[in-house]
Amino acid sequence: MLHLDRLCYQLNEFSLTADLQIAAGDRVAVIGPSGGGKSTLLNGIAGFLVPRAGQMLWSGQPMPDHPGERPLSILFQDHNLFPHLTVLDNVAIGLRPDMRLSAAQKAQAVAALEQVGLGDKPMAYPRDLSGGQQGRAGLARVLLRQRPLLLLDEPFAALGPALKDEMLEITRHIVQQAGITALMVTHDPQDALSFAEYAILVAEGQAQAPTPIGSLFDHPPPALQSYLGRRAP
Amino acid sequence: MLRIVLGGAVLIALLLFSLGTALVVGLQGRGLAALNSADWSAVKFTLWQASLSAVLSTAMAIPVARALARQSFPGRQALITLLGAPFILPVIVGVLGLLAVFGRAGWISAALDWAGFSKLSIYGAPGVILAHVFFNLPLVTRLLLQAWTAIPAERFRVAESLGATAWAYFRLIEGPMLRATVPGAFLLVFLLCLTSFVVALAVGGGPKGTTIELAIYQAFRLDFDLGKAASLALVQFTICGAVSLLAFLVPLPQTDGLGFDRVVQRLDGPQHRIWDGLWISVASAFLVLPLGAVLMRGLRHMLEVPPQIFAASLTSLTIAIISTALCLAMALTLALAFARRGSLARSLAEAMGILGLASSPLVVGTGLFVLIFPYTQPMAFALPITASVNAMMALPFALRVLMPAVRETYGDYLHLRMSLGMGRWIWMTRILVPRLRRPIGFSAGLAAALSMGDLGVIALFADPDLQTLPLMLYRLMGAYRMDQAAATAVMLVVQSLFLFWMFDRGGRGHATLR
Repeated sequence: MLHLDRLCYQLNEFSLTADLQIAAGDRVAVIGPSGGGKSTLLNGIAGFLVPRAGQMLWSGQPMPDHPGERPLSILFQDHNLFPHLTVLDNVAIGLRPDMRLSAAQKAQAVAALEQVGLGDKPMAYPRDLSGGQQGRAGLARVLLRQRPLLLLDEPFAALGPALKDEMLEITRHIVQQAGITALMVTHDPQDALSFAEYAILVAEGQAQAPTPIGSLFDHPPPALQSYLGRRAP
Repeated sequence: MLRIVLGGAVLIALLLFSLGTALVVGLQGRGLAALNSADWSAVKFTLWQASLSAVLSTAMAIPVARALARQSFPGRQALITLLGAPFILPVIVGVLGLLAVFGRAGWISAALDWAGFSKLSIYGAPGVILAHVFFNLPLVTRLLLQAWTAIPAERFRVAESLGATAWAYFRLIEGPMLRATVPGAFLLVFLLCLTSFVVALAVGGGPKGTTIELAIYQAFRLDFDLGKAASLALVQFTICGAVSLLAFLVPLPQTDGLGFDRVVQRLDGPQHRIWDGLWISVASAFLVLPLGAVLMRGLRHMLEVPPQIFAASLTSLTIAIISTALCLAMALTLALAFARRGSLARSLAEAMGILGLASSPLVVGTGLFVLIFPYTQPMAFALPITASVNAMMALPFALRVLMPAVRETYGDYLHLRMSLGMGRWIWMTRILVPRLRRPIGFSAGLAAALSMGDLGVIALFADPDLQTLPLMLYRLMGAYRMDQAAATAVMLVVQSLFLFWMFDRGGRGHATLR
């Protein structure tokens, strides 16, 4: 379980408060207007920001300070892959950030690539891959890392609708199979509905507790209502 | 933390090198009392020629840049690339080329003579201004062209759809752009002409053609009057300092000018074809003919190059390599220390740029000479001093290229690095340096070519036995051995371009790099 215990992050004038819990294995969408604090929440959980107050617990234990030691993986919107490293290296740094792979670890990385359908591309460079394949390479790294929490910061936002749906589906499948707890920031209510079971509404510097996503969209609170306008799914 | 300390150390070293030497010079000089009327007319001439060169360069660059912006023709890209050439072309080679076309024994004089007119003479003021326009017209043209092509095409379309006249075009679109760009470009050329030494050395001189820099050199080499040289250096430093304060008010334009190949799509292109064609032809002829003249003459007399050319090449290459390494080390240290500190980094890079442009190599040279002289023979330090001064002169350009690249790499990948828990060493060696390979290669090429062609401090310090290629070229010109000079110029250009090409090429690397 991820417990954000009266957390507060301060960024210049802006502040975000969060006091909520997410059960292990849940898939949670993080939605809300731009500038409301979605990315701040994700960056806070990732450990890129130092909280001004409160604490964060994972399975009852305080989260380590350093992002690399937290039990999580992240997929960003872009820049998930280093352009000058091979796909295999890009995936393997998830396991060995010092890039010293043993033969067994290399085999593990190859297996992860095979799982996402990139088994034939270990020596390719990111620029040789399509947008969807680049997303898959990112997922292979998530698989390899075997960390129980996954943060998705508007991933696949640059892809076309069909490809995006496909990638979300693959991601959901992987997350479900591995029992990973996933938080996904998204702008698109449709993406939220297809991926997540719960939603956290972040608006005006406050992150609400997760609610079942269907009922949230059926009875949107005012902040969500004004964000969605007539576009409620 | 270590990075900040190292960056700070480099900063302090640079300040000592530029401002510190100026201070030494100030303490050494006999004040303004040491200057006679000839020196004051040098001060006046310096300001006058810099103003006139800047006016002419910018005024002519406007129609040329506009022509290049709105016309597309075969060879356009090649011409734009060629406009970048004077920047890395050794100044002394450019001067030799101008003499071949405009000099007493040049093509135009020959034609005039044949037609019964008297020959041209460009020594003195006309030569100084001609050469300054030759080097700065292409620079300003590229800067303006960049500004022109940066105007969104939509704005031209809106103007067209409103049925805009030429005047309306100017008032709505081009006027505001020029108002924002021209003052900075003017100031940049003014600064460059204020501190330019080689041009004055080669074609200047005499009562109406001596700049302060040249006067410093003459006080040094001919009169060996250190006090007077120091007083002149103080005047030069004061003027440059005052002008660079102006530069803080009027932002100087970016001078790296990498890549801009878009033609502004405009319906009014065709109606200006003839005038634009004329401007483009005149500008290209002005650029190409002098260079062509030197290269042709040099190639014809290639076998007559003096045997000392090998020693001189070796010296030049050694200086260039050391200077490049030094420049890169300083630029990388500064970029790593400060690139991520947003506005601080920008103002730092800007201040370094202005400092580099405004500090005169001869003032630095004079200061170092004054410092070393009481203890030992300064000539013995000619090579290290030349290499470090050259490195400092190239530093602003390296910073312009490296700072944004470092910032971008950190911006793109810092979070990924943190979340992967990647250590510093791997980050530096496997991520940062590979990502920076291209800008490193490009700035190394620039630094090497600039150092290779430099003829500043070395002219001050060198004894007769020591020569670099540009110095050898200058000495050959002074002895009127023009065939050998041209052949030496070819060797110099080839080696400069080779160094630039090699580094730049190394930065592009093999196909695996984006």
